[in-house]
Amino acid sequence: MSARTIRRRIASGVMTGVVAVLSFTAVLALILILVDLIAKGASSIDWAFFTKSPVAPGETGGGVANAIVGTGIVVGMAALIGLPIGIGVGLFLAEYGSGRVGFLVRFIADVLNGTPSIVIGIFAWTWMVKPVGRFSALAGSLALAILMIPMISRTTEEMVRLVPHSLREAALALGYPRWRTSLRVVARTALGGIVTGCLVGVARVAGETAPLLFTALGNLNFTTKVTQPMQTLSLQIYVYATGPFEEWHRVAWAAALVLMGFVLILAMVARWVTRQRYGRVR
Amino acid sequence: MAASANVRLRLETLRLTALFGRTAAVREVSILFPAHTVTAIIGPSGCGKSTFLRCLNRMHELSEGGWVTGKVLLDEVDIYASDVNPIQLRRRIGMVFQRPTPFPTMSIYDNVAAGLRVNGTRPRKELDESVERALRQSALWDEVKDRLHASALDLSGGQQQRLCIARAIAPQPEILLLDEPTASLDPAGTQRIEELCRELKRLYTIVIVTHNLQQAARVSDYTAFFYMGGLVEVGRTSELFTKPTVEQTEQYITGRFG
Repeated sequence: MSARTIRRRIASGVMTGVVAVLSFTAVLALILILVDLIAKGASSIDWAFFTKSPVAPGETGGGVANAIVGTGIVVGMAALIGLPIGIGVGLFLAEYGSGRVGFLVRFIADVLNGTPSIVIGIFAWTWMVKPVGRFSALAGSLALAILMIPMISRTTEEMVRLVPHSLREAALALGYPRWRTSLRVVARTALGGIVTGCLVGVARVAGETAPLLFTALGNLNFTTKVTQPMQTLSLQIYVYATGPFEEWHRVAWAAALVLMGFVLILAMVARWVTRQRYGRVR
Repeated sequence: MAASANVRLRLETLRLTALFGRTAAVREVSILFPAHTVTAIIGPSGCGKSTFLRCLNRMHELSEGGWVTGKVLLDEVDIYASDVNPIQLRRRIGMVFQRPTPFPTMSIYDNVAAGLRVNGTRPRKELDESVERALRQSALWDEVKDRLHASALDLSGGQQQRLCIARAIAPQPEILLLDEPTASLDPAGTQRIEELCRELKRLYTIVIVTHNLQQAARVSDYTAFFYMGGLVEVGRTSELFTKPTVEQTEQYITGRFG
């Protein structure tokens, strides 16, 4: 073996090692978080944790059913508002976004994407809480929806742009009107990617706390009324983790574990959907 | 063109010029495509042959900055007249592209039925018959009849291209435009498409753009030679390849440029 070959092999080995260590470091963060959450939270999770509402400080038992249902409602409503608008804007940008209007919309979406979530919370408070004089789940959902729209629209746009131009031409040459080409051929081909983007977007906002602090506010009781303050897992974690009681800290860890599990499941579903879509394309 | 008098005229261009913005890609081309013939369009890369083809079903105007002057007559009606709906027009003129473009989210059956469905709903039975007929005409039926509802992406490249031909002819268009349909296929796939061309001219008037001179000689009745956006010469394929009248044509077909 020549000296040069040896030198190359050593360089290759060293670089592979460096990359492996860096990759491991990135993964390590997630592993540490999960291990920590399981170690401190898993023991508090039982059936009652999912089915009961919190009890007064000092008592034992109770659960976070109100926060789990609240997260479902607040995030669900946010998705109902945010996903159609986000997808619609994304389709518009991909199909008709080459002009000045497209440029403007894209710019606004990018700025909105970079806006701190607490600022969006204040915005929702100004328009939805202050005039009504009451904190509400609906205001929280609106804040989360505003957070979601630019994320969803940009991923939708990217996914639609990935659809080959030739496919669009094939549909048009077959006598498809333009709108039908966009919906039946282009959007459907990009559907897997769009769904993945939506799931990731929902998972992102499900963990948001700041925009909910002065909108949904939080609620120690179980409620499904969307015009009332409502508890979410993220708010519960925030209040309990900073509270004075040992019992509260325990519940906060467990709630964090549940929230993390929820986000993980969404991410896994997103991966699965992506594979369904792209696994078949060869 | 030496079209005999008893051949019914289908398609004709009159001083057709195709532009991108202010640049002309095709200049003043007048050609006649008699019914039930195959006309090959040959010429070096960038000579405007694909652009010309895309003018025949008004696809050119969908390109950025694309517009035309002159006329394209289909049964004596100018397809660029203001009362002609380009979407309806494209349903009368089938087109197949260089690369196979099956719709990836649709099954084999749905791909073939796509052009029928877009033209209004039909009874299931009629749809079934049309799909089968199109697949038989494109010589794909025997290979896919047991898996009509499998994904179109499960087919090989050559099969996908025949599927695209089936999709184009399912609505029974009057004209079939083929834009280098064998450019991405292996020799076996190419041969099948060429056989199809000769078969399908019984039913359709075919215009095929090709890079391959042998292919033009094998499949076409007439050949048009394009150079630098202009039509240099057009004539019966047998005559154009044996005794071209223009020197440029001779140089091209004997491989001295392009």
